[in-house]
Parts: sequence; structure tokens; C-alpha cells
Amino acid sequence: MSVLSPSEPLHFALIGTPNSGKTALFNALTGSRQKVANYPGVTVERKSGLLQTPGGRSVNLIDLPGTYSLRARSPDEEVTRDFVLGRFKSETAPDLLLCVADSTNLRLALRLVLELKRVGRPLLLVLNMIDIARRRGIDIDLDILSAELGVPVITAAAVRRGGTDDLMRRLDELAAAADAVRTGATWQAPTPAELRAAQREADRIIAAAVKMPAKPDTLTTRLDAVLLHPVAGLVILLALLFVMFQAVFSWAQPLMDLINDGFGALGALAHSTLPGGLLQSFVENGVISGVGSVIVFLPQILILFLFILLLEDLGYMARAAFLMDRIMGGAGLHGRAFIPLLSSFACAIPGIMATRVIDNPRDRLTTILVAPLMTCSARIPVYTLIISAFIPNRTIWGFASLQGVVMFGLYAAGILSALGVSALAKFLFWRESPTPPFMLELPDYKLPRPRSVLTGVYTRAKMFLHRAGTTIFSMMVLIWFLASFPRPPAGATGPDIDYSLAAWIGHALEPVLAPIGFNWQINVALIPGMAAREVAVAALGTVYAIEGGKENASQIGQALLQHWSLPTALAVLAWYIFAPQCASTLAVIKRETGSWRWMAVTFAYMLALAYVAAFATYHVAVALGAG
Amino acid sequence: MRIPEPAMSEVIQMALGLAQRGFRGRITAIAVQPGTSDLPTGELERRLLELGFTEGASVEILHEGLFGRDPIAVRINDATVAIRRREAMAILVS
Repeated sequence: MSVLSPSEPLHFALIGTPNSGKTALFNALTGSRQKVANYPGVTVERKSGLLQTPGGRSVNLIDLPGTYSLRARSPDEEVTRDFVLGRFKSETAPDLLLCVADSTNLRLALRLVLELKRVGRPLLLVLNMIDIARRRGIDIDLDILSAELGVPVITAAAVRRGGTDDLMRRLDELAAAADAVRTGATWQAPTPAELRAAQREADRIIAAAVKMPAKPDTLTTRLDAVLLHPVAGLVILLALLFVMFQAVFSWAQPLMDLINDGFGALGALAHSTLPGGLLQSFVENGVISGVGSVIVFLPQILILFLFILLLEDLGYMARAAFLMDRIMGGAGLHGRAFIPLLSSFACAIPGIMATRVIDNPRDRLTTILVAPLMTCSARIPVYTLIISAFIPNRTIWGFASLQGVVMFGLYAAGILSALGVSALAKFLFWRESPTPPFMLELPDYKLPRPRSVLTGVYTRAKMFLHRAGTTIFSMMVLIWFLASFPRPPAGATGPDIDYSLAAWIGHALEPVLAPIGFNWQINVALIPGMAAREVAVAALGTVYAIEGGKENASQIGQALLQHWSLPTALAVLAWYIFAPQCASTLAVIKRETGSWRWMAVTFAYMLALAYVAAFATYHVAVALGAG
Repeated sequence: MRIPEPAMSEVIQMALGLAQRGFRGRITAIAVQPGTSDLPTGELERRLLELGFTEGASVEILHEGLFGRDPIAVRINDATVAIRRREAMAILVS
């Protein structure tokens, strides 16, 4: 036992079943004073925030992953269990547990409260969403509830202004209680018999303390009649996904262009103010375009998370998983994987970040592994450049343009390979481990509150810039270094990159990449192309000594037509479907999985697929006489 | 746990996993047969209990998926839970 001096911050933890509005309460109590990190050694998100009690005590509040029981079944729930039991070496054991419950759905929460009592730490039950319960005519007798449970009970409406005032007022009282002596923990994993007994006890308490209205609220049932309809439900889901895809893909574009132009102008400014040479190149190509290449993703991430958080708060996400479970399940993916995978058509980075909606770590990892195979928008400039230069613009089958068919084929190859890889990953890595069952509560629909959603979006944005920014930025500097050193000798005639380490690597790779039809110029362009796929277009322009980069795509296309054979062009297309040509994606995979291993696995398997695909494409095309 | 034969029990008992949409009844037992789940022994039973599938609770199948009428959305007392038919085979109802 430790007696804390009043000046030291107290440690309170929020615990509760999924959909209890725990995170909304956390947002309401801590506002934007939040920190999101990972627990050491695991990929579970650790959310903490600071708050001040009216009496001036500062409290460090931790939002624990949602759970139905302390009997841990996933890494998320292990974190909750170990944290609550004070088993985490790096974490201070909580002085007070705030168990959050949805007032309209108390059955499972009360069983959890009964289990938490055995932890031997001060405990408080927070009846969240009390406003909704009252509006529906659910009458909860707080005194009976508190007496029967043997736990203080307080009401809250996290999403309402002033909805947490009662709780804040009680916090000082609770803080004093938190300093009191604790009883010893007697918790151990409950047996089925104990679970049954606890649920019977919880049901008995509900019968004593809660009066349900004579006429239950049927809004959710009526909405679900349409939204969960086997056919209409899927159609509505697809329409929703289409709007979301459009939003991430095209609504973000003006903002992204603006950011691009802004950084372009900044780069030009640096170019004109700094004296020519290394410093100028470092600031312009290393720092400014490096930072710019990270920030440019921000609009997509903001829009995507806005949609995800709105749908999550609305209660629709669980329904979407229900509708998609069978379809995604065929490829060994979880029903919730479709939103991350769909977002990956815009960019794999927000897609990989969105895998956080998948609570099972194994399903989440599979989704992260295959997300980069979805054809992201950065591949489009490369595809269009090569297609418009090499594929004749003619109509086939009477109605389809050949160029369009090739483009569609590239997209389809990406999707099919993602499904194939996830099925293979399931077979290779998780053959022994059991298929996790799909069991999910479908919460009642609730109107999302702008304040809570915006706090969530803000936290994501901050996290993206903070975490991915540092790793991506250092990779950009490395790529700049490779493309810039050593400097060209005096009197050199070719472009600078011809004399750099990148060119040296390009030549060194020739024996390896020649079998797939790549010449050394392509190899050189692949290196700055690691920064972002579309950079390869400008890099090809540079190695073929064409000024102007992307704006001059048609001229680059002409140069390619002179220097490449058709099999080479097709091999480059096949390469780009699979190749792990994006340092930012790899960095985000490292961040999100918390391990170099999964980043290496992704890099290796994509590289292998790219090589095999390009090799096959090249040789089939040559054999068919296209060379 | 042993499942009584339908003929031996007074009320007809069936697995929730076989029930049609619109079915209403009460849970009589949670009985995991071998092969119902890939989870370790006893794990599925505890998970079902933790989601509120306890003996005596009222259940109704509200919705089902398009393919193979799977998964199903089950109203259990005052909450709704989505579950695959495979796991619902362990929930006996009457």
C-alpha cells in the first residue's frame, strides 16, 4: 500500500464493456489533453489524459481497452487485466477504477462490476448515457443499485455539455477515498459456474433496481429492419462505402493539391534564396519535400477518420462487420477489415491506421499485411504514364477501351492478390491457432456528438504527424542522401543522379533485375521512387534527362517509348502492382505493428511477388513476340 | 454437459444455430459439442456466458446474413448480439 501526498497525481482508470461510451467519457473528462502511445512490447493503444478535480488534485486518467471480463482473451484484454491488477511493471497501479456502463444496457456491465469488486481496489460505477435511458423511460433506482452492488454509483451523460459535472464534483471525495487502505485482491479467472452465478446475481439486481418502460424504444429495431436486411443492407453499405471512397479519394484532392503547391512554393523559395549546392539541395529536396510528402496525406487521414468515428459512434460499424463477415471471411479476413482495405485504394497509410477498428490482433495484422496491395492513388501516375505510352488507344470487344481494360486489370490484380495473400497468411502463420469466433454486440443507434468525434479526429491527426512523421522524414532524408551523394565531378554532363549512390545501386542491381527486363535507368528511378511511387515518374524524367517532372509526362512517355521494349513496359506495370515501393507505408507498418519483423515480412513478400510477376510478364511477352 | 434427447425432455429443445429468422424462445443450456469451435475446451462456453447467453434468458433471431443465412443477430433480453451459426450450435433453446 502506498500513501500518496496530495501533490502527486492520482491514477484513475476507465474500464467498461465495449460500446459503454467509455471513450466519449474519456474525451469529455480530459478534452484535448490526451496522449496516445503503445504499451511496451504490445501493439495495444495506451490512452491517457490529465484532468484537474475541482479541489485542485491532478488526476492521470487511463482509458483501458473495452472488455466483458478480466479473463483476458486478447492482448487488449490482457492489458486491461494486468493494468487493473497492478501487474504492469512500467505502470502505476490505478488508485481508483471507474467502471463505465451504458445505462440502457446494464446486464453485462453489472456482471463485470461484480467481477471487478474482487480486484480489491476502490471502485465506482458510472452510469453513462443516463440522458438516453431517461428519455426512453428506463427508471433506475440509484440507491438500490448502489446498495445491492456495494459500490458507489454516479450518473453521467458524457456527450452532453455539463453531463459530467456530477462526476467531477464527486472526484475529490473519491480522491480522498482512493488514499484509503485497499483490501487484498481475490480475483481469479471465473469458471463457467461462477459466470452463471454472477450473471444471475446481476439479473436479480437489475430486477430490483431497474424498471423498464412498458413501451420499449423501437427506433433501432425499425432502422435495422432496413440496414440489416440481407439485400438492402448490403446495397446501403456499398453506397456508403462508395461515398466514403469518393470523399477520401476526391474531396481530399483540392486540399492535397494546396499542400503540394504550398510545399512546392516553399521549395522554390528555398531554391532561390539559398546559394546553389548541398545545403540548397538538402533543404529543398530533403527537408521540404520530405516533410511535404508526409503532410500531404493529412487531408485523406482526417476525412477517413471523420467517417470512421461517425459510423463507430452511430453504432453502424458493428452492423457493417455483420453484413460483411461472410464475404470477408472467405479470404480469412474479419468483417471489419473492409474499411481499412477500401481506404487503401486512396492510400495505404490511412488504411493501415484504420485497422485499429479490428479488435482481434491476428485479423488486424493480416489486414495490415495485405493493405499495401490495394491499388493506391500514388500508383496512378505511373500506370497512366506507361499505359498511355505503350498501350494503343483502341476499342476492343466493341465497347471497351483497351487502355481502360489494362487499368482495370491492374486494379483487379491488386484485389485478387490481397485476398490470396490473406488466405495464404492464414495458412502459413495461423494454421495452428484457432479461428476466432465472430461475436459482436450490436449496440443501439445513437446520434454521434460533434465534440467527441472532433476530439477523436484531432487525436489521430496529431498521432499521425508525430509518430509517422519522424520515421517517414528520416527515410526521406536517407533517400535524398542516396540520390545526391557523391556529388557529380566538375564538368559532368549527365544529370546529378547519374553519379550518385543511387546510380551505383542501380548498376549493381542490373544482374538481378535484367532478367525481368529492367535496364539500369529503371533501377535508378526505383530508388527515389521509394519515397513515394509517383516520384518514380519524375525520376525517370531525370535519368532520361528531361526537365519538368510530372508536368511533362507525355514527353517522358515518348522517351520511354524510344528506350523500352513493350515487354519491359509491361514488366514495370506488373512490378508496380506488388512492389513495396513506398517507404512511408513501411514506416507506418512498423509503427502500427510495433515490430520490424512484420515490416520486413511485408517488404519481402511484396518484393518476391513483384519480381515473380514482372519476370513472368516479361518472358511471356517476349515469347509471344512482343519484344 | 449432456444434452437430453428431444424425445426425453418434455419441451422440444433445439440448437439456436438451426433456428429460423423470427424464432423466439428461451435458453435451456449452453452445451459445447466437440467441433463446434476451434477454441480450447470451455472457452466458447465462457465467451457465450460473458455475452449474456445464460440459461433462462429470452432469445429472438432478428436478422440473418445473405450468404448461408449467416451470421445471425440475436436479441437476448434487452441487447442484440451478432454471432455465427457455428457457435450458436452450442446454445440450446426451447
